Amino acid sequence: MEISVKINGEEHRQEVEPRTLLVHFLRDQIGLTGTNIGCDTSSCGACTVHVNGESVKSCTMFAVQADGEEVLTIEGLASNGELHPMQEAFRQCHALQCGYCTPGMVMASVSLIQENPNPTEAEVREGLEGNLCRCTGYHNIVKAVMEVAK
Amino acid sequence: MIPAAFEYIRADSADAALAALAEHGDEAKLLAGGHSLIPLMRFRLARPEVIVDVGRVDDLKYINDAGDHLAIGALTRHSDVETSDLVKAEAPLLSAATSYVGDPQVRHRGTIGGSVAHGDPASDIPSVLLAFRATLIAQGPGGTREIPVDDFFQGFLETDLAPDEILTEIRLPKAAGAGWSFQKFNRRAQDWAIVGVSALVQNGTAGIGLVNMDSTPVRAAAAEAAVASGASPAEAAESAAIGCEPTSDLNASVEYRQHLARVLTRRALEEATA
Repeated sequence: MEISVKINGEEHRQEVEPRTLLVHFLRDQIGLTGTNIGCDTSSCGACTVHVNGESVKSCTMFAVQADGEEVLTIEGLASNGELHPMQEAFRQCHALQCGYCTPGMVMASVSLIQENPNPTEAEVREGLEGNLCRCTGYHNIVKAVMEVAK
Repeated sequence: MIPAAFEYIRADSADAALAALAEHGDEAKLLAGGHSLIPLMRFRLARPEVIVDVGRVDDLKYINDAGDHLAIGALTRHSDVETSDLVKAEAPLLSAATSYVGDPQVRHRGTIGGSVAHGDPASDIPSVLLAFRATLIAQGPGGTREIPVDDFFQGFLETDLAPDEILTEIRLPKAAGAGWSFQKFNRRAQDWAIVGVSALVQNGTAGIGLVNMDSTPVRAAAAEAAVASGASPAEAAESAAIGCEPTSDLNASVEYRQHLARVLTRRALEEATA
């Protein structure tokens, strides 16, 4: 069926199979490969994007469910060549090692700060429970989110 | 991990969903937030021929004060339940338990009705409904009917809902001033509970719902009876696993689950009566 999705501010009208998952739609049909696929089972959070401003796992949503909605991916976060403050904080705090979890981690962190602009460190850790970093880099990730919250 | 192909029908009202179910019978599955169904479809443990997407039925997204009870529309998302001031005031146990469901991303999509209708004994929310002695409202071709929560969960992932019915509302009796506690034991932050307990205590009566202690969500009936007859939390909790037949798996043996049920029920009753 044909769906129309606004992705990073741009309208996309595309034919999809109903069983196409949002993450495959974004990566394979739209060509936005910044969103990673990790566990494929809604556990790891690598595929986190925003739908209507809220973090979701794009491996656990059909593209047809995003019909008419607004999707923001990691590619849409920077504006006019300026990194988003969360991206900048990840960079400054060295909040990544291999970088695989980073797009999802950043998208989840932006959503977290939107919902809770002044979180405690414990709230940041709990708020990122849906995102796994296998390099054990949580310490600097939490530091980066706290930097943005300041 | 691509789901099998299916026919997709988007229902824009409960009536449209009922019509689609009437036409396709048990070949059809309802899709709400999708956070129980889509993982099953990805593992091909479920291969519905027809998906009826009710995710846009906005009429079933609400949390209302209905006098003696809270009425929650089945399609209300976990994140909306968790942050609702009304739920925090009238049913803080539900608000607390909901904050343990999955993770923030899951709660942005998953719905209370989807979670309950899935009937998973490992889900957190059914235990809350058992503690509250909630009533569920189902709509079918013949109209609506009320289902007491004790009649709702029939078997593993099986509920009292007929293939042509949809769950529309969850009613929680108000329990202002009741003591409550939600206890969840797991190894990793976002995991399912290995065992969980919801407790609601009021005027010497306890409602105790257990997570992952049988093939369906179950209540700790013997422990509830013990509380009613004046037992202390520690004494009542000794009976928490009586009558339960939990499974043994990678995370826990049957004996360990029974042990957890007793320990968590004691903690829950102590907190609820503190």
